[in-house]
Amino acid sequence: MSEMWTAKLRNKWQKNLPIEKLLPDDQPAFVVSWIYVFGVLTLSALAVIIASGIVLAFEGPAWYHTSDVGKFMNSMHFWSVQLFFVFMVIHLWGKYWMAAWRGNRFRTWATGAVAFVASIATAFTGYLVQTNFDSQWISFEAKDGFNSMGIGAFFNVTNLGQMLLLHVAFLPLLLGVITVIHVLMVRRRGVVPPIDAEPQMNEARL
Amino acid sequence: MTGWISDFMNHPATYLKSGWLQISVSNLIVILLMLTIFALAIFVPFPRDKEDHK
Repeated sequence: MSEMWTAKLRNKWQKNLPIEKLLPDDQPAFVVSWIYVFGVLTLSALAVIIASGIVLAFEGPAWYHTSDVGKFMNSMHFWSVQLFFVFMVIHLWGKYWMAAWRGNRFRTWATGAVAFVASIATAFTGYLVQTNFDSQWISFEAKDGFNSMGIGAFFNVTNLGQMLLLHVAFLPLLLGVITVIHVLMVRRRGVVPPIDAEPQMNEARL
Repeated sequence: MTGWISDFMNHPATYLKSGWLQISVSNLIVILLMLTIFALAIFVPFPRDKEDHK
């Protein structure tokens, strides 16, 4: 076997996440439930958020505060975030009550939790960069909270440039990377079986 | 913003308070809606293909 790092990485990838696991065409029988839909609904909402956010970034506040299409796109960005959080929290509740960290899935659970926290930070900076009176009020309330925690010098929420760059560059990248890792881990370990499932049910296929 | 939606939204939120607990009506509605969707997702059967019933 080659000692090249590329070969080692390839072999490790093929062992842990073969293409059949990465792009499956069937799922275990217990997946036939609406509760399993909320993960992919969260991903769908995230796709709309990213797409509408890219449009807002290219056109800018002067466009999305004034033109009809701009206001529509601004609302699309806002409401897809609301749905994103609704879907993600229901996904979280479902996975919590399934104890979805079972079966060597702790890192899947942990990356989901980190993605949740990163989403809150991304949404918060989004509220701060609306460039309206709402964002002005939120930032001036939030600065007292951040200063009381002693981190106001690192995260100056009244600094529009800093918040805008965090919102459109750093945090989406962070959230995107964590989400990709989370989904790859779900594909690698498979969907968690019900708590009282017979061992052979893990292999059950539709 | 014009019409009924501005009449509906252009005022401070209504809050419910009970001891230490304080929550806006709008937040309470969203939480109850999420719990309802969660319960529906658990109990409403997922549609199956006809072949699965064989």
